[in-house]
Amino acid sequence: MSINEFFLILLGTIFVNNFVLVQFLGLCPFMGVSNKLESAIGMGAATTFVMTIASVCTYLVDHWMLAPLGLEYLRTIAFILVIAAVVQFVKMFMEKTSPLLYRVLGVFLPLITVNCAVLGVALLNTQKAHNFFESTLYGFGGALGFSIVLILFSAMRERLAVADVPQPFKGAAIGMITAGLMSLAFMGFTGLAAH
Amino acid sequence: MLELIFHNPIASALTALVSLSLLFGAILGFAAVRYKVEGNPIVERIDNILPQTQCGQCGYPGCKPYAQAIVGGDAINKCPPGGQSTINALADLLDIEAPQLDAEHGAEPEVKKVAFIREAECIGCTKCIQACPTDAILGAAKQMHTVIVDECTGCDLCVDPCPVDCIDMLPVTEHLSTWSWELPNAKPRNLIASDKHQQDQAA
Repeated sequence: MSINEFFLILLGTIFVNNFVLVQFLGLCPFMGVSNKLESAIGMGAATTFVMTIASVCTYLVDHWMLAPLGLEYLRTIAFILVIAAVVQFVKMFMEKTSPLLYRVLGVFLPLITVNCAVLGVALLNTQKAHNFFESTLYGFGGALGFSIVLILFSAMRERLAVADVPQPFKGAAIGMITAGLMSLAFMGFTGLAAH
Repeated sequence: MLELIFHNPIASALTALVSLSLLFGAILGFAAVRYKVEGNPIVERIDNILPQTQCGQCGYPGCKPYAQAIVGGDAINKCPPGGQSTINALADLLDIEAPQLDAEHGAEPEVKKVAFIREAECIGCTKCIQACPTDAILGAAKQMHTVIVDECTGCDLCVDPCPVDCIDMLPVTEHLSTWSWELPNAKPRNLIASDKHQQDQAA
């Protein structure tokens, strides 16, 4: 794998095929924890960690267990099992080794289990027939894209909270509109790389 | 047998999922034991060790804020009411070297003291009331003040603000309501005759 491909995958997942704004995965944390910049950064870090680990683990399970047995149709349920276990393990590990980070992330850590972007990256990896390294990179890049968009969006929402928004659009409505505009803006990256 | 399992779709699916679940169950079970976190978080545990006088001699508004500051990396030797025993307990909990009590935050009291206001001299300025961290001083402007002995933690914060120096720190006298059993290990016990003998020799 050349360095070119490396950057193609990374840029492709962060900007061109951004999980949130282009593929519409992981929208619930995108709307849910973007009220404050601080929590968005915490959520982004935790999701990056889990998505990278989960894409590695799901690749291993798919490649060494499901494919040889011809059980590809069990992917979804097996991947959910893997993700839940990974998240739970990360939670226990973090609680012991870094109580401070554990407290900062709080409830977001277990909530990553039900983040569809995590399952999405695992299923997309098998769909695109990525190898081990590509899967890892795809997971990491996708998570970085998710974090960047989440942080950008939360920064905007902090400003929107004090902006003079017309009454009917206050709150979630203007959030949705902003997300839509961001999604339109990210369409501009489509010409950047075709992956 | 293995051939049979691998060729039967239902058996192989069941085997795969069950073994996957067992594997993750084992890993999580191991993690639960290996990364076990005992009891309450660290701030609570530090707060439990601190004497709860809320005296503020450490430079923080109370024991809980000081506990949070310790978690944030502050020194553990800023608590005069707790004295060296508290420092040792904190050092033990945090697994660090136990430092000496920091002199700039005050000396360790030898006996438990409470504030006493000589009421005849009190001018009713309320300055000691504002200084008291535990609201143990009763009174109002231009009325003489008095100390609620049960609430006073003996932190001396009221002594300095008093403009007429009418506050004394008196040792707590032992009477029926303050007397308690001595802790079992407070003194070497003379359970058997040879113990007593050794003590006599040491003296």
